[in-house]
Amino acid sequence: MAEMATRNEMIEARRPPDQRRGALGWLRANLFDGPLNGTITLLVLALLGWGLWPLVQWALIEADWLGSTREACSGEGACWVFISARFETIVYGFYPEAARWRVDAVFLMLALLIAWLAIPRLPAKRWVGLFALVGFPVLAYGLLIGGHFGLMAVPTREWGGLMLTLTIAIVGIVGSLPLGVVLALGRRSKMPLVRGICVVFIEFWRGVPLITVLFMASVMLPLFVPTEVEFDKLLRALIGIMFFWSAYMAEVVRGGLQAIPRGQEEAAKALGMGYWRRMALIVLPQALKLVIPGIVNTFIALFKDTSLVLIIGLFDLLAIIRAGLTDSNWLGFAIEGYVFAALMFWIFCFSMSRYSQYIERRLHTGHRN
Amino acid sequence: MLRSSSSERGPLWRDPAVRALVIQALLLLGLLGLILLMVTNTLANLEARGITTGLGFLQERAGFSIPQSLIDYSGDSTYGRTFVVGLLNTLLVSGLGIVLATLIGFAVGIARLSSNWLLARLATTYVEIFRNIPLLVQILFWYFAVLQALPSPRQSLSLFEALFLNVRGLMVPAPVAQPGFEATLWALALALAAVVSLTLYARRLQVRTGKALPVYRLGALILIGLPLAVFLITGRPLAWDLPALSGFNFKGGITVIPELMALWLALSIYTASFIAEIVRSGIQSVPQGQVEAARAISLPGNITLRKVVIPQAMRVIVPQLTSQYLNLIKNSSLATAIGYPDLVAVFAGTTLNQTGQAIEIIAMTMAVYLLISLVVSALMNLYNARTLLKER
Repeated sequence: MAEMATRNEMIEARRPPDQRRGALGWLRANLFDGPLNGTITLLVLALLGWGLWPLVQWALIEADWLGSTREACSGEGACWVFISARFETIVYGFYPEAARWRVDAVFLMLALLIAWLAIPRLPAKRWVGLFALVGFPVLAYGLLIGGHFGLMAVPTREWGGLMLTLTIAIVGIVGSLPLGVVLALGRRSKMPLVRGICVVFIEFWRGVPLITVLFMASVMLPLFVPTEVEFDKLLRALIGIMFFWSAYMAEVVRGGLQAIPRGQEEAAKALGMGYWRRMALIVLPQALKLVIPGIVNTFIALFKDTSLVLIIGLFDLLAIIRAGLTDSNWLGFAIEGYVFAALMFWIFCFSMSRYSQYIERRLHTGHRN
Repeated sequence: MLRSSSSERGPLWRDPAVRALVIQALLLLGLLGLILLMVTNTLANLEARGITTGLGFLQERAGFSIPQSLIDYSGDSTYGRTFVVGLLNTLLVSGLGIVLATLIGFAVGIARLSSNWLLARLATTYVEIFRNIPLLVQILFWYFAVLQALPSPRQSLSLFEALFLNVRGLMVPAPVAQPGFEATLWALALALAAVVSLTLYARRLQVRTGKALPVYRLGALILIGLPLAVFLITGRPLAWDLPALSGFNFKGGITVIPELMALWLALSIYTASFIAEIVRSGIQSVPQGQVEAARAISLPGNITLRKVVIPQAMRVIVPQLTSQYLNLIKNSSLATAIGYPDLVAVFAGTTLNQTGQAIEIIAMTMAVYLLISLVVSALMNLYNARTLLKER
């Protein structure tokens, strides 16, 4: 045993450890770590070279950007002239040209409100939020529809394009959130009838596709009201969308309500607070804060699904682009049209999802201990 | 009812029990009033427009044709039959979509966790692109921008002169069973039964004696070997009906219509981006300590994966996966945008336009989707109850 402890010869020098720094080291660690990974890397590179390069060439390098007729397009790459020539229609739909400043004003107001609410440092969130939920919709509606204060009346059938998409999305969001909160509270109520109605309502809307809801809104809703009442097509669609998404919102909010410890409500009860004050001041602020990411995800889904209104004949962003594709002067630009529509929706949805992740990270630090 | 026995009772309207009763009674009254109002309005409207009510129209002749039908259907069939045809088409595209979406979704989800930086990035890009574009845009893109741009039947793209792809769709050879093919089917059924009993037996054997049978290899051998042997012995009684160009179109084989292809591709690619995220989060939800513990008791890598990681990841994955499947089934109703004859397109679309019986038709359509949702949720709850963490 004793001879094990001593050693008479020098230990042979070992090879230095791998060079793990620098670009080469990074490549080695992340891309060529063994034969399998090396093969995968080469395969992916080949795939990118085969698929991505022609795409870039088509969409950017050989594309035609300037001009106003289809003659401006060489036919080598994408013909973005198709989009730029009808950009105004894509944004405003059939809104009369003389009144388009009103749409611009609403867009500007919306952008300012969203920026104010989204940037955490700015003050008075509560009042701005209240204005965004109550004042802004009324103001925007008054501006867009016109017909008073000397503004030209613009009926909703002339609305279209991006402006209509945003209108539907915002009305959907502003309408479905409060309704969803009420439904979520109702589902947790101790009164069996209230709970039952809320459960049936939520499960019904969650069980059917939005498209059947829109069909129902467009063919069945007019049957439910007296014959004399004229029901606006856009309004019908909005009601359907609002009910549909409020059910999803209710489930998200319910998740938040369940996460709040019961002690919070019991403490509020002990202080002698009534039901509504307990909910509004103690439970809901905590619950809603917890589920902001879930709410934003529902917003994203709602935004994407606004495109479905084209099936009942409203001209949203997608439908306007589609209508442009059937223009006999501009046949054969389906790829450009749909790629552009996809890009527009993608920009909105991707930025919303990034914001939701940012909020999630921000809130996470506050809750961790 | 402690409160009622107390001598100093407050006013009646402060009693929570009484208040709850009053609120619910008012709610019930309001609800009934609303329903009554809607029913009377509807009846008045229907009368004013001369629309008949009832389900009698289901027996009437439909008089329109449907481009794809899994059962016999012609213009002389009834509206009841169009309902069944539409429902089967919905189930067909949903089933196909679920299979493909699951395959792509699991592949992409696992690729996102790859140690290969490039592959992980590629998978992330896939997810971020496809889940942020509305499904309808994707369906229209595949249909109008890709499939409608394919060559005409005469210039079809072909593979081995058996598969043809053109603007009319994808033509594939159709298997035609010859007499004697039933034996192979029976062998397949027998093999299935044998594999099931083998699995049960192996499980019992392992519980009793600790001995493990190579169930996977044996099962695969039985499942493939037995029907194949019977098929060869009976003299390969299966012929292929190849599609062939005749005139301006193809004859023979099975034609997959472009609407089905576009819908299938779009549904699968879109849903796969959500499934990928679910798979990734499911695998990440298994604590690292579980793998380390398995290694500490020297379980081999593949058993660690199969018996430790996957069962725990599945508990997180399966409920969300099911809700994605439900979403896919509901989203298949977007078929109507490109004219794929699903339930909504043929029933809530064409049939509704022809008969005008909006209430019955919309209610039937919604009931179908509702029923599917409820059945799947019920199965889901069963699964959840079985795999729930047994906490003591």
